[in-house]
Amino acid sequence: MLKILKYSFFDLTRSSWSYVYFLFYLLLGFVLLFLNNDLSNAVITLMNVIIMLVPLIGTIFGVMYYYNSREFTDLLLAQPVKRSSIFLGQYFGVALSLSLSLILGLGIPFAAYGLFKSAVIWDFSMLLVIGIFLTLIFSALAFNIAISTENKIKGFGYAILLWLFLAVIYDGLFLLSLIYFQEYPLDKFSLIASMFNPIDLSRILILLKLDISALLGYTGAVFKDFFGTSKGLIASLMVLLLWVIIPILNIARVIRKKDF
Amino acid sequence: MVNIKNLHKKFGALKVLDGLELEIENKGIIAVLGPNGSGKTTLIKSILGMVVPDKGEVLVMKENIRKGWNYRKEIDYLPQIANFPGNLRVTELISMIKDLRNKPARDKELIAFFNLEPFLNKKLNKLSGGTRQKVNLVLCFMFDSPIVILDEPTSGLDPVSLLHLRDLLQQEKEKGKTIIITSHIMSFVEEISDRILFLLEGRIYFDGTVADLKSSTGKSSFDHAIAHLISPENA
Repeated sequence: MLKILKYSFFDLTRSSWSYVYFLFYLLLGFVLLFLNNDLSNAVITLMNVIIMLVPLIGTIFGVMYYYNSREFTDLLLAQPVKRSSIFLGQYFGVALSLSLSLILGLGIPFAAYGLFKSAVIWDFSMLLVIGIFLTLIFSALAFNIAISTENKIKGFGYAILLWLFLAVIYDGLFLLSLIYFQEYPLDKFSLIASMFNPIDLSRILILLKLDISALLGYTGAVFKDFFGTSKGLIASLMVLLLWVIIPILNIARVIRKKDF
Repeated sequence: MVNIKNLHKKFGALKVLDGLELEIENKGIIAVLGPNGSGKTTLIKSILGMVVPDKGEVLVMKENIRKGWNYRKEIDYLPQIANFPGNLRVTELISMIKDLRNKPARDKELIAFFNLEPFLNKKLNKLSGGTRQKVNLVLCFMFDSPIVILDEPTSGLDPVSLLHLRDLLQQEKEKGKTIIITSHIMSFVEEISDRILFLLEGRIYFDGTVADLKSSTGKSSFDHAIAHLISPENA
């Protein structure tokens, strides 16, 4: 698998899109720091961007890479290589190169601004960890979609819909249900509902880490009770990990039976 | 070497292989023929493990292929459509496959054989169809595996390269390899093959030598004998 990962990774480091993504984060980092003139404010603004953009890029890149490397895959399938190694190698190649663009693109401006001497280094690391999780989760979901959809246009459509659902529609439905059932105690419900959406979960984790949960009002207190403790933090990181592992296992399951 | 028992495969409602039985023990060149859609490529891909059969067994070197992937070390495969990652150079592709296989390869000899030197540093998506097919042939033949599977090796080749290919196949055959080949160029098939397998409706309809085929159909030319097999009143 490592050989495939290596080739996929080098293949991607040659693609101009990786550089566009990297440069975008580099620019974003510098502009935010220039405008905010303050590391911790920049981290908060950055959170809003990362929460939306990382899943979108992960989804699109995942689908695009899978479809673009169909030829490469066909070539590899006839070689003495295990099937799951081919696909998991490609998946980790994509996820690794996206994560690297994120880490370097944001890391360089923040490091240049004196991140290592400041107190927000932990908040910033948390942001990067969440960013990497979201990359892993959404590129795995994208691979799942692409593997089970032969038609490229449909595959792209489903992938965008998935992103739209988890990033926007889910929150809308969540909010509607909170309003509709406001007579009832909803703390447990909202806790559980946010576990089922990696984007929500990431947002809450970062907000609590940044200690601005006062903004969340009453529910914020409940959330703080749960997520704020180290037990809650570990539990929610575990849930994020499950969001990575389950789609990956599903990739391995689906390709065992697929014809090429 | 290759044993296939009761192989079934459906794509949706389309039945492609329907209880196919095949035994290949002998060395030499075996041509798999049949009309379009008769299951030639599906048969080949089942041997390679790229298509997962609905029912039946495929054994390569007495090993059931469902259990593993290592048996593909014994097989060299030439795909029908030479699709390669477009942004790689020819040399990069060759060294990548060598690295994956981890076996001694005679790529230099074959590159010279097909006159590919001028193209080595070109990107694969800039090559013409025929040149790409030659690269495909180099990739296929460079490892010297005992089983060689060629799906339409003649496609896109000019007459000179076709002669080259014929010589190459003859050499490989003399080394004692088992070569399974599909082609639509009948004169090519007639000249090189030791055994003809004719597929029709997902089964093997005829299995024998060129001479057997001619005598059993009562036709003097190979093309007509094949046409006779395909013709509707016969099928």
